[in-house]
Amino acid sequence: MTYRTKALTTVFSSGCVLCIALAIILLLPASSWAHGFAGERFFPTTFQVDDPFISDEFSILINRVKQPGDEPNMLTQIDIDYSKRILPNFGLEFHEAYVHLGSNGDGSANGWDNLGIGAKWQFLTNAPHELILSVGTDFDLGGTGAHQIADSFTTISPALFFGKGLGDLPESVKYLRPFAITGVIGPNFPTRSKNVLVDPDTGETDIERNPTTLTWAFTLQYSLIYLQSFVKDIGLGAPFKRMILVTEFPMETCMSADCKGKITGTVNPGVVWCGKYMEFGVAAQIPINSRSGHSVGILGLLHLYVDDLWPKGIGGPIFH
Amino acid sequence: MALFSLSFLCIMPEVATGHAFPDHSDPKVGATISASPDRVRIWFDSELEPAFSSIMVHSADGKMVDKRDGRVNPSDPTLLEVSVPKLAPGTYRVFWNVVARDTHRTMGDYSFTIK
Repeated sequence: MTYRTKALTTVFSSGCVLCIALAIILLLPASSWAHGFAGERFFPTTFQVDDPFISDEFSILINRVKQPGDEPNMLTQIDIDYSKRILPNFGLEFHEAYVHLGSNGDGSANGWDNLGIGAKWQFLTNAPHELILSVGTDFDLGGTGAHQIADSFTTISPALFFGKGLGDLPESVKYLRPFAITGVIGPNFPTRSKNVLVDPDTGETDIERNPTTLTWAFTLQYSLIYLQSFVKDIGLGAPFKRMILVTEFPMETCMSADCKGKITGTVNPGVVWCGKYMEFGVAAQIPINSRSGHSVGILGLLHLYVDDLWPKGIGGPIFH
Repeated sequence: MALFSLSFLCIMPEVATGHAFPDHSDPKVGATISASPDRVRIWFDSELEPAFSSIMVHSADGKMVDKRDGRVNPSDPTLLEVSVPKLAPGTYRVFWNVVARDTHRTMGDYSFTIK
């Protein structure tokens, strides 16, 4: 079996697994619950930092950026995420990504990344203090993606998610109330510590380390929706009155191997527009150091509120 | 994965209204006005369920000052309103709690000042 055939077979298999899982979910009865709210605060889904709540939602994120390295590749990645609540505060998350790596030198590579499956439990929602806390674990299933693109090993990522609005600040600083922060912190454990690579021409072997890393990512948000609805009507019209200004800080620290202690990450300033059924967003992606990249990338988000689109169908938890 | 994406696009959405967010209000959020209004009105971007939607106006010391006739306007189901007597100068806070037609609940509050 050639690599290409193997990759296609793997992609087909992962696609079938996902479709079967989705079909099961779609056939189960459900009813409608709200998403992303803690009291008056609406937390939007952002770009690369996972949101702190569990809801019925579907996202497509497009990312285009030049990858760091001696021979930089232009990366175009389309992430597809679907979340489904099983219980009102507990749900499953599925994610996939199609990756295109274009190179000036030796051609390009395309394919699906590994299938990711996760579970998240939103264990605290405090309305007066606009606080949400969740815990979850994500499994990036090694070998389910295309050989040229995806890791051959599984990565397990437990994490703590948080969201906090500043709506409980006193009246004297009321213009700070539209601010909110969200974030996630958690390690990423590869199930294989190293890969042994054999050069097919010379027979020489090379060892590639798969380090444990720590994800620590957060967002800073200023909600024009909150400002306009709860603090001061400053006369914003459409589309600005439904916008939230978002800056993301997705960071990762290497915890082992040669890269131990080194940090990679980006700063993603952007804006999301929150409609009744969907969100649109766009952000720049600015690397924080040379290990993270040399040029500014771009992120585009389309997000559907499945619980609003199909409130009496697939848009609610399966069990109440 | 293509099937995964298509399956979403092929499913027709139900008749849904989504969460109800305030669109605008009278008096405006955070406004300072020169005379007492005769009622407080909030227009939402979705139709509301009258049985599960409420509005109240409190004075700065927390006392309810409205006429307790808060309702969803029968001829405009996006309008939540309550009558108030002639209010003295001061700061007042409006509390609202609504349920949209698809049963999603939203709530909020804001203040206005009469000088």
